Amino acid sequence: MTAPYKPLSKSATIDADEAYRFAQTAEHWWDANGPFRPLHKLNPARLDFIRTAIMRHKKTDGASLRPFKDLNMVDLGCGGGLICEPLSRLGGNLTGLDVSDETVSIAREHAKAMGLPIQYRQATAEQLAEEDNQFDVVLALEVIEHVADPALFLAAARRLVKDDGLLIFSTLNRTAKSFALGIMAAEYVLGWVPRGTHDWKKFVTPIEFTQALESAGFYVGKISGLSYDVLGDCWHLSHDTSVNYIGAATPV
Amino acid sequence: MAMDGSSSETAPDLRVDVAIVGGGMAGLTAACGLAQYGLEIAVIDTEAPQDLTAQTFDGRCSAIAYASVQMLKSLKIWPPLEDTAQPIKEIRVSDGESRHFLHFDFAQIGDQPLGEMVENRHLRQALFFRASQLSNLHLLAPARVETVTRDQARAHLVLKDGRTVSAALAIGADGRNSRMRQQAAIQTPRWRYNQVGIVATVAHELPHCAIAHERFLPDGPFAILPLTGNRSSLVWTARASSEKAIMGLSPRAFEAEVQRRMGDFLGKATICGPRWSYPLGLHMAERYIDTRLALIGDAAHGIHPIAGQGLNMGLRDIAALIEVLVEAARRGEDIGSPFVLERYQRWRRTDNVVLALVTDTLNRLFSNDIAPIRHARDLGLSVVNRLPVLKRFFMSHARGTVGKLPRLLEGHPL
Repeated sequence: MTAPYKPLSKSATIDADEAYRFAQTAEHWWDANGPFRPLHKLNPARLDFIRTAIMRHKKTDGASLRPFKDLNMVDLGCGGGLICEPLSRLGGNLTGLDVSDETVSIAREHAKAMGLPIQYRQATAEQLAEEDNQFDVVLALEVIEHVADPALFLAAARRLVKDDGLLIFSTLNRTAKSFALGIMAAEYVLGWVPRGTHDWKKFVTPIEFTQALESAGFYVGKISGLSYDVLGDCWHLSHDTSVNYIGAATPV
Repeated sequence: MAMDGSSSETAPDLRVDVAIVGGGMAGLTAACGLAQYGLEIAVIDTEAPQDLTAQTFDGRCSAIAYASVQMLKSLKIWPPLEDTAQPIKEIRVSDGESRHFLHFDFAQIGDQPLGEMVENRHLRQALFFRASQLSNLHLLAPARVETVTRDQARAHLVLKDGRTVSAALAIGADGRNSRMRQQAAIQTPRWRYNQVGIVATVAHELPHCAIAHERFLPDGPFAILPLTGNRSSLVWTARASSEKAIMGLSPRAFEAEVQRRMGDFLGKATICGPRWSYPLGLHMAERYIDTRLALIGDAAHGIHPIAGQGLNMGLRDIAALIEVLVEAARRGEDIGSPFVLERYQRWRRTDNVVLALVTDTLNRLFSNDIAPIRHARDLGLSVVNRLPVLKRFFMSHARGTVGKLPRLLEGHPL
């Protein structure tokens, strides 16, 4: 946590302040009781959606423990690898992208300890798209609310996904409820996530997201809500998109 | 657990998803279940399978509740037991000399039996048979675990013969004095009942008609549980102080004592085979999980056999653990991570503490001959008997179909 964060001036999608904030907490990505605990708790529900969406799209075997064998996937804004690692276990060829050096090295170290062959790179979506790389599955989870230029980011995502591929996106809705739960409760009252993690004004509603995706050349399929069950202390998929939501889109 | 860099450097002889220490009934059931759903499993036990299934190793029988039978069927363990299991269609509970009967009849809650009586050695044979059909289940027995190192990434086991096993999760199924539990420094409150369970099999002249009897005698409960043919398994709860005397009785004298307690409704009883004595106690691990470790079976808990729920409680834990781990594996989650293991502990531990307290209270209430308590008991049994709602509740408990059930206990595949 000593190396200073160097903003990449070339890219339009990095928000320097945002990236700096994440770099500060990078070492805690895998700490079960650390600042990223809520994201870990959110993971099963997100993975349920991702798994079903990909299996439906690619018609892979439901009972298999490695249904994503030979699928090339990229996670844009991979953080510590919370999504890359499970998808790699399920057989996917994973590339994880993050703008923070710190985060990428933490993710790399953890994947090595777990014996998972994931490629982590410190780069932006646009940089990867420049290289003419294309993937079967592109993931943009909890990242749109952190980028400086969402339209540019989604255009890059479109270039990264193969014509028969799939984009999976998730974010926080901009509603009174998400303000109360996502900012006030999670950051201030419960202390789930570090203060300043989110800027509510940058949250995107499902309609805005759908419009932005359509402009970028996607057809938006299913969108599910993610709901928190207080008694069970777990998240599950629901119809309520008022706080968190996750969806799948295919190139037009 | 200390981080041990050296053990993870060289490739292990066997790399698996789950390493189960202990190949008893709990360990093997978990192994068969997890392997059936595609996980790579190692089971390590100090005894060879042929020793564990010998007639002399374990003379006990188990009452497998209806829900547990569904689970064993889903896990394809049940088929060989089809011929040797005895259904229990009725349970009659009586209090000592009193004539108050509490009568549970399966016809009141559906057409399925309340449970099945199975001899433990038959269950073990069925488990070994199922294990042998699963190519992703590696049975290392006889073998002894020398050291276990659990770190943030893996559990590393070194066996006495030098072999090494690396696993994402270690399961402690190594019995009531679990070394795995002790090594994780998990506190385990326990107490001994001043009682022993004396177990024997009897042949009798008259048929038992698939009825189980539980009589509350002053020393403790005396159970007559139906086996196939005109045979029954006896569980005679006796004061610990009389254990020596009872175990030292000549065969004829033992037979006479047993007959006196059974009464003559089954005709003349003849003891077949040896008798065993087991100390009765209660223990309950304060946690079922630690870094890369989950406890199951007697390693996690043991309760008074009064309600015949010990093995069923263990099977219920295992069904929950299998469901949690298989769901996690299908999502690609790290099955040994604290987030996954917490789901298992959260689901099962409260339920088990409640059951332990209920059986403990039942035993204290019924193992005495104080007049007011006896009258209250008689009254209690009569009341329960006359209230169909209460009776259905107790019977559902006996069948193990109460609470948030793991899918396997409902007879559904995962």
